[in-house]
Amino acid sequence: MNLGEKTRRDFPILSRVVNGFPLVYLDSAASSQKPLAVIEAISDYYKTSHANVHRSIHTLGEEATERYEAARDAVRAFVGARSREEIIFTRGTTEGINLVAQAVGRTLAPGDEIIVSELEHHSNLIPWQMACRDRGAVLRAIPVIGEGYLDLEAFDRLLSPRTRVVAVAHVSNVLGTINPVARIVERAHRVGALVLFDGAQAVPHLPLDLAALGADFYAFSGHKMLGPTGIGVLYGRREVLDKLEPAWGGGEMIKEVWIDRAQWNDLPWRFEPGTPPIAEAVGLHAACEYLGKLGMSEVLAHEQALVAQCLDALGGIEGVTLYGPRNPEMKGAVVAFNVEGLHPHDGAALLDQQGIAVRAGFHCAQPLMRRLGIAGTLRASFSVHSTASEIERLAVAVATLRGTL
Amino acid sequence: MALYSDVIRERFRRPLFRGAIERPDVAHEDVNPLCGDRVRIQGRLADGRLVEARWTGDCCAICAASADLLLEAALGQPVGFAHAQTPSSLLERLDSDIRPSRMKCVTLPLTVLQEALSGREVTR
Repeated sequence: MNLGEKTRRDFPILSRVVNGFPLVYLDSAASSQKPLAVIEAISDYYKTSHANVHRSIHTLGEEATERYEAARDAVRAFVGARSREEIIFTRGTTEGINLVAQAVGRTLAPGDEIIVSELEHHSNLIPWQMACRDRGAVLRAIPVIGEGYLDLEAFDRLLSPRTRVVAVAHVSNVLGTINPVARIVERAHRVGALVLFDGAQAVPHLPLDLAALGADFYAFSGHKMLGPTGIGVLYGRREVLDKLEPAWGGGEMIKEVWIDRAQWNDLPWRFEPGTPPIAEAVGLHAACEYLGKLGMSEVLAHEQALVAQCLDALGGIEGVTLYGPRNPEMKGAVVAFNVEGLHPHDGAALLDQQGIAVRAGFHCAQPLMRRLGIAGTLRASFSVHSTASEIERLAVAVATLRGTL
Repeated sequence: MALYSDVIRERFRRPLFRGAIERPDVAHEDVNPLCGDRVRIQGRLADGRLVEARWTGDCCAICAASADLLLEAALGQPVGFAHAQTPSSLLERLDSDIRPSRMKCVTLPLTVLQEALSGREVTR
């Protein structure tokens, strides 16, 4: 039994019937479904231990704090960070990137440069546009070439002593391209720039060792990695976080407060103002444990086999155009495609009528769509519970789309 | 009721009012922020009536059919006709089971036509 068949029964929602067909959920890149272990962890926390964290002296408060902080340790281990101080809980990838863009943004001087890429999700583009606009800094983008790879020679030419931050997706949410993150870190650090990776599409699908990678920041979301919505993680390298002023103020992030000033709390709480997403952290803990038990190398191998099958199956259908690398080993768990003569939203609506859930549109990546010369795509994306027979069903359905309308 | 009714399929395949007008009196273009779809409507006016109208766009079948049916209905009518149109009058013409997530596809052409007739952008 392969991973998909083995794990399916763990996801209650997969037994749903949609429009008269058994659900085929191929939209995990937008938001993954949740295994029972995650659902029950959240429910159990609310039933037995909920209270506010850190400030409560009573028993429930201590239990809640324990579970919240245990989640931090689980995340640290899952992504291979050196210390728990490097794990900041956020609401999601977008908030993590905004945190860095604001905190680092305040230190930018006119003429400083930020480098992003043409394949960024808007969440790793707009925060940098805002930081540049506020500080008179300049935003530059690494071009996308060939089947959807970053132009690394152009990247080398963009780097200069003026470069302050390089902010790039680890895995493209449209093309699936796994970007050469180690090389990007090495080149960026050579000019003294900080490096941030948007790991939203990477953490759920491949093994990570953030200590070895050496990136300064790495942001990801809980809800794309089988965890709940409303929680994400910003990893920050200790040496960098130690010198960084907090982005936002409030309770929890301070040690001592006077009317005109305050002393910041220790890491990681310095970057976590307000009551954090406690139940969501408990759920994320369960998701890390679930994925950890499966083994991320096994998850990667399983999903790359599905990507290979999907590329072959869809690539053989007349009128279908594929986007992104054709080599599954260079790809995360997404396959973007279009059907000749069919708008992606019509394609997605027609597939939904057969119980197949895929994403359609510009995938929050308009500059990339413009680069590809298209308005949008359909996108099938996979998770641990996806199976070969689901991809067969997708291919059969896609083959009927052309000429349907 | 099917999502893609016969009328939607027909107007998507063979639109009657798709195209451009060489010297329009009014024109407007807008995008659907949900999907990036783009619709442009041009028209010519005479005696306060819409006497010629065409649409172009990069959009889905629902949006295309909605635009085509709307222009057909508005042709020959006084300018005020477009402003009296509602989402439900558009839905009636489409004869389709449109979900809330696709309502913007239906209404985009109407807002574009209304803006065009409000004279926000006059190209001559």
